[in-house]
Amino acid sequence: MKAIKYTGLVLFLIGLSIFTATLFLGSFTLSKADITEFTNSRNIKSELLQSKLESAVVGQQINSVFTFSSLTRAALESANQEHKNREEWDKVVWDKPHTFSFYLAKKAGSGYVKENSGLLWWLTFGLAIIGALLFILPNVILLGAPGIKNDGIYHKASTNRGWIAWGVLIYLVGFYLLLYFMPDYVVNWTFILDPISQALNGGPASQWFVYGFLYCTVMVVMGVRMYIKYRHNKYQVLRTTSVLFFQIIFAFLIPEIMYSLNMPGYDFKNAFPLDYDFFFEWNLDTLTSSGAIGLFILVWGIVLTLIIVPVMVYFFGKRWYCSWVCGCGGLAETLGDPYRQHSDKSMRAWKIERWLIHSVLVFSLVMTVVTLYCYFSGAEAFLGIKSQWIKDTYSFLIGAWFAGVIGTGFYPIFGNRVWCRFGCPLAAYLGMVQRFKSRFRITTNGGQCISCGNCSTYCEQGIDVRAYAQKGENIIRSSCVGCGICSAVCPRGVLKLENGPEKGRINPTQVLLGNDVDLMDYVNKSNPQ
Amino acid sequence: MEEHIVIIGNGISGVTTARHIRKLSDKKITIVSAETDHFFSRTALMYIYMGHMKYEHTKPYEDYFWSKNRIELKRGYVTTVNTDAQSLQFSDGSHMTYDKLVLALGSKPNKFGWPGQDLKGVQGLYSKQDLDMLEENAPDAKSCKRAVIVGGGLIGIEMAEMLRSRDIPVTFLVREKSFWNSVLPDGESAMLNRHIKSHHIDLRLNTNLDEILSDKNGRVRAVKIKETSEELACDVVGLTAGVSPNIDFLKDSKIECGRGVKVNRQLETNIPNVYAIGDCAQQREAIGLRRSIEAVWYTGRMMGETLAQTICGRPMPYNPGHWFNSAKFLDIEYQTYGWVFSKPLEGHTHFHWIHQDDDKCITIELNEKDRTFKGINIFGIRMRHEIFDRWLTENRSTDYVVEHLRDANFDPEFFKGFEKDILSAYNDHFGTQLQLKKKSWKRIFTTS
Ligand SMILES: Cc1cc2nc3c(=O)[nH]c(=O)nc-3n(C[C@H](O)[C@H](O)[C@H](O)COP(=O)(O)OP(=O)(O)OC[C@H]3O[C@@H](n4cnc5c(N)ncnc54)[C@H](O)[C@@H]3O)c2cc1C
Ligand code: SF4
Repeated sequence: MKAIKYTGLVLFLIGLSIFTATLFLGSFTLSKADITEFTNSRNIKSELLQSKLESAVVGQQINSVFTFSSLTRAALESANQEHKNREEWDKVVWDKPHTFSFYLAKKAGSGYVKENSGLLWWLTFGLAIIGALLFILPNVILLGAPGIKNDGIYHKASTNRGWIAWGVLIYLVGFYLLLYFMPDYVVNWTFILDPISQALNGGPASQWFVYGFLYCTVMVVMGVRMYIKYRHNKYQVLRTTSVLFFQIIFAFLIPEIMYSLNMPGYDFKNAFPLDYDFFFEWNLDTLTSSGAIGLFILVWGIVLTLIIVPVMVYFFGKRWYCSWVCGCGGLAETLGDPYRQHSDKSMRAWKIERWLIHSVLVFSLVMTVVTLYCYFSGAEAFLGIKSQWIKDTYSFLIGAWFAGVIGTGFYPIFGNRVWCRFGCPLAAYLGMVQRFKSRFRITTNGGQCISCGNCSTYCEQGIDVRAYAQKGENIIRSSCVGCGICSAVCPRGVLKLENGPEKGRINPTQVLLGNDVDLMDYVNKSNPQ
Repeated sequence: MEEHIVIIGNGISGVTTARHIRKLSDKKITIVSAETDHFFSRTALMYIYMGHMKYEHTKPYEDYFWSKNRIELKRGYVTTVNTDAQSLQFSDGSHMTYDKLVLALGSKPNKFGWPGQDLKGVQGLYSKQDLDMLEENAPDAKSCKRAVIVGGGLIGIEMAEMLRSRDIPVTFLVREKSFWNSVLPDGESAMLNRHIKSHHIDLRLNTNLDEILSDKNGRVRAVKIKETSEELACDVVGLTAGVSPNIDFLKDSKIECGRGVKVNRQLETNIPNVYAIGDCAQQREAIGLRRSIEAVWYTGRMMGETLAQTICGRPMPYNPGHWFNSAKFLDIEYQTYGWVFSKPLEGHTHFHWIHQDDDKCITIELNEKDRTFKGINIFGIRMRHEIFDRWLTENRSTDYVVEHLRDANFDPEFFKGFEKDILSAYNDHFGTQLQLKKKSWKRIFTTS
């Protein structure tokens, strides 16, 4: 069994290494005609750019995407500069340089990876998936009978912030930086997935297709790990199935199929303000020009945020979204599960959390108000805030850095819900509903708590669950995503997630059940704080 | 000047007292401990060794909590209590005076005078120091080829689980004919025997330790078994044959002790202004069916809650409600509410149900004649404390309990319920025709 496990690990690492190595392969050539076709298709009016590009790349075979990128970006920047100096604004190309270079690289790329995408898929995704499964599946036997399996978590370099964890962090952060800010560097990955993309949406793969596909793959593989680890716990099994379903069907397949049908691709479960660009001009334009389906999406998006989300939170708590449906939550609960213990439980962290997450909520709302005002009035700014500026700033700071680079990249060190806890504006909104108007609570079982601390340790949201449990108080916290792990790991059966009547949901307790009934009454009633 | 309350012991009982005194008053409070700087959860010691948590996770309060609540912490070992001068002497020679003294001293592992019990590699599991010692004695299966655990109680099974988590072979010597059979009825105890063996623990029932044998360096080399004279080679011996109050240093004081520090119902000792609570307190008069020394977490906490009232001018007797407890045996959780004895009391009988998977069972103790519910042991299913507490107060019949069992279920959502199986077994057993009632939030939340 152990041998299978280690073989799996080796295969996985080989797959990952090849995947990484492909970035350095391939050659890039463009003919004059290619460039003309490209500039025409993108409606670029600058002949200067065209000629600069021609002299930079035509007629040579460039054997690395990095060189290709720096040549094309240099051409773009110098052309833009000259146009700006001459105030020829319509000739300036406003694409981000790396995005511009990505489009060109996509056209220019050739070589082994592109020509053998099928084989390379197997050597990268294939090997890594098979390897990971071989690593994970033996746990059915190795972990022994069903039950809580946390042995050794704080002894391992991977799960105790050791060198492996830091290695994973660096890889993930690197991945996100490339994905968000240097997509051209990962153009070879898109070549590997081109055939799959063609089959699904009829077009070549973008970096976002790579991300979406990878996301689903990682969630499925790590979902298998969840199934094995928590196979005694039906709540966890169903919840894992649910997040996988919503990720694969709603977040990935439906939008791809919609593209192929010439509709705007839309993730029907992604609610504003997590879906922060829902009210951006380009999206509103796309939707309003897409006929009935566009209109439906527009109405659905608004109804989802204003009605469905809060009503569901009233009945089930915010868990219905955050740990049963959401994609960010889904990744956190699968890929992130091995790191859940790293969330900071201190009072200070809780304070930071409240400030930060509500600031992001306000930020997203201000951005949306400004955008909408400008959209309808045609103005460029509202209340002195430029629409373009605030959108760019939010997308960069919150959308890319917070949600991606930090939110996921830092899993191995800060835990798996950094984004959901400190950043997600939707979570902030759901949390307010959950805190003040909901039937959901985690019930504490009378006086049974032994203050062991398992619940707090494994709370991914950094809630000090024990602080409530050892006082006999129910846990009512806006940040609770209802993952159910505290209840699973509690060795004394103290915690139960449930939806019940609002009355009695909050039960401040001084003296716990088990004691003299008179004393309990006296103390609990005379100072109910 | 505010009164100075000194509490010896920073375990659950001492800390609970301090917290509640602080809520009620501005008295000066000092907590003394020789063990650790801060309160930690003793019950979680096993999880540190098993790698589920680190020591810092077992501390129920962040370190700033104590100064914020003006609770002074003093690390030191008290060697003498002079009740005439109301002063304590520490092992480093320093002194401290008190106006009121709370003894919350906890327990120490029992040693029954076995030859070799003080060899290197022989240890109990009670304190943080014991845990550190185990880490040294049994870091992995390479340096510890076998461990022998002596004494089949709650700490014994925990220690076995700990060692198994590092793949160390474990032999578990149990004096009784079945695991924890002095407390648990036969059916449950037998189920646990099977569960223990399924975890590859070499469980030896009806087996006594004869002596512990030394190698030439004064380390344990083997144990000898009384019944068979068999010698079992091992590197670690865990002594887990119960605990007793940690009161040796009080021998020369005027405080009256039996097995523990003797207290009345107000938790007062024979000396005015000196109290004792938690594991170390021994009740002079019996409280219901309870033992005179109760070495569990919950009673320590409850005594602390009560004593704080007394110290703050509202004298209260220690008056615990219905008995309850819980534990976990490897993968099987256990809860108990009310009294279930290994053999039913006079006039009582047992109803036992066990699931075919052999990992869930319950035993109800009830009055033979009118079937009044007396208590329940539950394995592998979680139940609501509040509901059983209420049913006990209301003197419900077992018929009622079994019919309304769904109200009491506390398993996570979507778990399979076993109420139906239990009810039909009950109907078969007593020839009744009870019907299972639906779960009712209304009943669950009405307070009696
Ligand atoms: C491994 C283990 C698991 C357990 N699991 C459970 C469980 O699951 N459920 C349950 O109900 N109970 C459990 N118990 C029992 C429970 O932990 C004890 O009943 C409880 O901790 C006793 O609390 P206490 O406050 O009375 O004493 P303690 O927690 O023992 O605290 C006493 C403190 O006083 C200090 N002290 C004593 N004498 C002196 C002195 N002269 N000078 C200075 N300091 C001194 C000691 O060093 C110690 O730190 C477990 C016990 C152990 C060891
Ligand atoms: S895990 Fe359970 S027993 Fe331990 S502190 Fe949390 S609620 Fe209490």
